Amino acid sequence: MSILIHKDTKVLVQGFTGKEGSFHAEQCMAYGTQIVGGVTPGKGGSVHLGKPVFNTMKEAIASTGATVSMVFVPPAFVADAILEAADAGIELAVIITEGAPVRDMQRSKAYATKKGMKTIGPNCPGIITAEECKIGIMPGAIFKKGSIGLISKSGTLTYEGANQVCKEGFGISTAIGIGGDPIIGLSYKELLAMFEEDSQTEAIVMIGEIGGDLEIQAAQFIKEHISKPIVAFIAGQSAPKGKRMGHAGAIVSGSSCTAQEKMSALALVGVHVVKSPAQIGKKVAEVLNK
Amino acid sequence: MNIHEYQAKEIFNRYYVSTPRGYVASSVEEAVANAQKLGGSLWVVKAQIHAGGRGLGGGVKLARSIEEVREYAQALLGMHLITHQTTAEGTLVQKLYIEEGVEIADEFYLGIVLDRAQEMPVIMASREGGMEIEKIAHETPEKIIKVTIDPFIGFQPYHGRELAFGLNLPKEEMSRFSAFAKALYEAYRENDASMVEINPLVRTKSGVFVALDGKMSFDDNALFRHPEIVAMRDYSEENPIEREASEYGLSYVKLNGNVGCMVNGAGLAMGTMDIIDYMGGEPANFLDVGGGANASTVAKGFEIILKDPNVKSIFVNIFGGIVRCDRIANGILEATKMVNVHVPVIVRLDGTNAKEAVEILKNANIKNIISATDLSDGAQKAVAAAKGALV
Repeated sequence: MSILIHKDTKVLVQGFTGKEGSFHAEQCMAYGTQIVGGVTPGKGGSVHLGKPVFNTMKEAIASTGATVSMVFVPPAFVADAILEAADAGIELAVIITEGAPVRDMQRSKAYATKKGMKTIGPNCPGIITAEECKIGIMPGAIFKKGSIGLISKSGTLTYEGANQVCKEGFGISTAIGIGGDPIIGLSYKELLAMFEEDSQTEAIVMIGEIGGDLEIQAAQFIKEHISKPIVAFIAGQSAPKGKRMGHAGAIVSGSSCTAQEKMSALALVGVHVVKSPAQIGKKVAEVLNK
Repeated sequence: MNIHEYQAKEIFNRYYVSTPRGYVASSVEEAVANAQKLGGSLWVVKAQIHAGGRGLGGGVKLARSIEEVREYAQALLGMHLITHQTTAEGTLVQKLYIEEGVEIADEFYLGIVLDRAQEMPVIMASREGGMEIEKIAHETPEKIIKVTIDPFIGFQPYHGRELAFGLNLPKEEMSRFSAFAKALYEAYRENDASMVEINPLVRTKSGVFVALDGKMSFDDNALFRHPEIVAMRDYSEENPIEREASEYGLSYVKLNGNVGCMVNGAGLAMGTMDIIDYMGGEPANFLDVGGGANASTVAKGFEIILKDPNVKSIFVNIFGGIVRCDRIANGILEATKMVNVHVPVIVRLDGTNAKEAVEILKNANIKNIISATDLSDGAQKAVAAAKGALV
């Protein structure tokens, strides 16, 4: 098993015919993902990459039976895409687009939650179940199938972590880039709970960063609910206070969002915290080969 | 994006958030003329810089005569104001705000930010006006009244009552305070602000609530729908190198060390700073060159990093995904032809086609380009090179 997506997951692309949408949809299809079509308003009825294009999400779902959507629309249209997907009955929307306004995310995430739709992102690399299904922009080849679940706020650190894990002879069950914006969809807590239930996953890698307190909330959750071993790295230990480090949410403004605070909260509940990003894979090996 | 106090107050006034009357000035003569235009016998001369802590830093002066207005304007304009939020050199004062004096009966704090845990805006109010809110939150959190606003219902009368009762305001002032807070919330929401803060908010002796100070910052992702706010941007308040980088789509933050960093992805860029720190070195910067690292972005990256004279080595740490490493390696070689890179460059490429990339760099045989086998090796070599221990 894996979490959230697998080889039979049917996926629609919102913003299917745009440059980014086309390029990455094609890459996903090459990886084996069941892309069953896409939505571009005004281009309904045409065929793109050999798949049908629809004007609305409702039509697309009725015709394809898709349960997951991959969102590539420009930032100004992200909220509308999420609301439309939620209203049409999509179960999971993966929002890759970078630059969605925070106010739009407040509204659209709250509505998605009300409708029972899960979201991942925005501003994230997406989700991949190794050697089965990739919904996002990550380089598929580095994710070998295996027993490690991975949750990360950062794109390239997701690849870095997965690559190290695979070089140590392990593999990935499912890896999720949750994004580093101030408001994001599924986060550590929900995903940790899913990995805990997943029989394929033996250990979890958690990559966090400065800003917000999701890692602190995760630590409290881990204490009560997670029995599988976790290896964690928190980026931004050397970041100055009050400076935004690339991601919209990566800024230290109080004491509870520093890397040090997060690392000690996690260590306190038994998480194997590494100080250097180069030690992620080795620590996983050390923990599992004990 | 941040704006000045006088600009925040312009926005406040559009929403009927009361402020004292005032005019902005860029010269001593203009400051004096503004004071005369305001009339009265008490004025406040305020340095306009983005950093907080202006009062304590000596950037806010109370003038009791036109002569004093002139004196303070002369002293403040052109000075480098140092506060706990500026650099050690301080920030050049280029504009003043001349405001009418107000008779203060009571001081409060009122601010709105996004509560990331609840994913809604939270209004914070306190009787400890004039104090730094972070300090109050840390030392006496019970003195802050917090009310979160669900965007689906907006600011309701009961939110105003919760705030007013929380502050122990007399009943007759409740509706006035509530209207003030609601107006501020609208200014925050409609302009996609990420933070708005009034510290202090005062009640005058005549019982009116007035924003004595005003601070606003905005969600950069929403600026596309607020051209009037973009027009308020003051480039002189920004680090010139950081600004130049952003014009080329690079995200750069200057730090104090001597190991330059060029990385793809914000998380890995922070991780790279951390590993340099871990290896006993000091990162000179944060630099994310983005997903599509190519010859021209890498060249621009070198140029930006080398503007910092402290840089003694550069660590290029790129994880090639969709963009293959061999193409990035060629990009780096091309970039070194475009920019004169006079410090050792340690290159760590991993991911798709990494082996081919290492071959390309090896065959090019450029003296100050050194290949690293992995992340640790690269960081170690970059730190050693900055200390002059690697030739």
